[in-house]
Amino acid sequence: MSATLTIAGATVREASRKKLVVALALITVVGIALTGFGFWRLTVLAHQLDRGAPRLDVAELKTVTSQLLIVAMFAFSFVLALSTVFMAAPSIAGELESGVAAAVLTRPIRRVQFLAGKWLGLAVLTAGYVVVASSLEFLVVDLVTGYRPPHPLGFMAFLTGEALVTLTLTTLLSTRMSSVTGGVVALGGFMLAWMGGIAVALGAALNNHGVATVGTLTRMIMPSDGLWRGAVYSLEPAAWIAGILGSGRTQAAANPFFAPSGPPVAYLLWVGVWAVAVFSAASWSFRRREI
Amino acid sequence: MPDASDAAIVTTGLTKTYGSVTAVAGLSMAVPRGEVFGFLGPNGAGKTTAVKLLLGLARPTSGSATVLGARAGDASARRRIGYLPELFRYQVWLTAYEVLVLHCRLARIPTSRTRAEVERALVTVGLAERAHDRVGTFSKGMQQRLGLGVALLGNPEVVFLDEPTSALDPVGRKDVRDIIRNLRDRGMTVFLNSHLLGEVEQVCDRVAVVHHGSVIASGQLDALLSDSGVRVRVDGLGAATGKLQRFGELHRDGDWISVDGVALETVPDLVAEIVALGGRVYAVEPRHQSLEDRFMELLGGES
Repeated sequence: MSATLTIAGATVREASRKKLVVALALITVVGIALTGFGFWRLTVLAHQLDRGAPRLDVAELKTVTSQLLIVAMFAFSFVLALSTVFMAAPSIAGELESGVAAAVLTRPIRRVQFLAGKWLGLAVLTAGYVVVASSLEFLVVDLVTGYRPPHPLGFMAFLTGEALVTLTLTTLLSTRMSSVTGGVVALGGFMLAWMGGIAVALGAALNNHGVATVGTLTRMIMPSDGLWRGAVYSLEPAAWIAGILGSGRTQAAANPFFAPSGPPVAYLLWVGVWAVAVFSAASWSFRRREI
Repeated sequence: MPDASDAAIVTTGLTKTYGSVTAVAGLSMAVPRGEVFGFLGPNGAGKTTAVKLLLGLARPTSGSATVLGARAGDASARRRIGYLPELFRYQVWLTAYEVLVLHCRLARIPTSRTRAEVERALVTVGLAERAHDRVGTFSKGMQQRLGLGVALLGNPEVVFLDEPTSALDPVGRKDVRDIIRNLRDRGMTVFLNSHLLGEVEQVCDRVAVVHHGSVIASGQLDALLSDSGVRVRVDGLGAATGKLQRFGELHRDGDWISVDGVALETVPDLVAEIVALGGRVYAVEPRHQSLEDRFMELLGGES
């Protein structure tokens, strides 16, 4: 087994031994149960008769359900970002502080292998969490309301991408900053990117080129929000998007829970380049780091 | 300095600066294979920095170092060394057994040999009964034992031990001394970084004393402590005392005469001369300089 896989395995084991996996599972189960209850109540209310007719017809219920699901998944994506930052910020810094890195790096292992192992272990945990938690949420919503989002796999892919972008940036910071500082900076970057996403949409809606440019630049520098828009798009029924765009309510695009289209292929290619560049920077930084 | 051609570790003008602070200043030394080498110095002398340079954890500002013939830090050298860091805390969520298995994998020890290696290390450092307990439940001394076990995995040719007994009780220290002697008997080179001079004196063949980042004395321990002498309690010698100067430098303190620089085998001749000169001898105390005395003397002269 290569050194990278050994470190990745140890990283996964660390998360499970520290009860991080159990804690996240509990929070997720509670969240899914609460949202499931909410969706069930919504369905009951929608079917109640109001002057002889249900309060919401099938199309309206589908729309409301899809919107509430996006809001619920936004909350989930925020928990995911926080978890990713909390796991990744000490991934290198913590090992340097404890002296573990000094003992490990005197073995015949290259620093990039150590870094890649840490990243890979956390990436597996993150992706696994996204797939399991999203699948459960979609399943519960389907059972309770009969609604299925149009592109669940696309959602999982985009959300995993968003988490990996956050993970990669936090790993870079962890090679030079203490756990707390790196975590705060990474979280700040994540939030700024989210605000940048709103700026892009606002700039477009208000025809303000300056605001839109700042937002676009933010999205390029920290692509987490760009991928989040892809995740939102994957959850939107086509009729809902057509309705919004057809109504001419362009300012709706500024809504962080609405995406008129998925990210273009060129942007996804850029995200790939960004990830490789940031990981390379992390590798270079860690290689140059004196222990 | 010993012959560098067959040395396990050689440094030439090794220097490390951090901004305006010089941690290691032109360190030049050679550590012969198969010896226990004591690297001594007060806190802040640059000992740990020097070890990190030898392990490739830090880069020298100038100068060079080789370990087992390879540039310090090269993977080929790292395959054949073991290291116990000074300040460390192994993964608290793992058991001692799991920590050792992890390091076996990183050290590329074949899976078929892993179990035997781990069990041998556990027995060597006295942790066999705690093998399956989490490291988080270990005392500092037990963690140090585990660290030593990790350093010994895979039969390394050179073992770097940075303050290996600082957290141990007297029994643990004796155990570590025995382990170090055993390593030497097996032909390993041990680079012992310590400020516990009593420990060093008991196990080292050769020492180097560093101060302000450079070596101020080095050599075989016996040679370094050659400044021996004898104290004699005597009366009735009077003015004849001066005739004893041919044995060494004299110091008078009441009834006691100290003669510095007298080899042990010359002491009977000295006593015979005192008696021949009419002196009455009440006590003879050969004095052997301790490493601590020598260390303080060296630092006093340099600081």
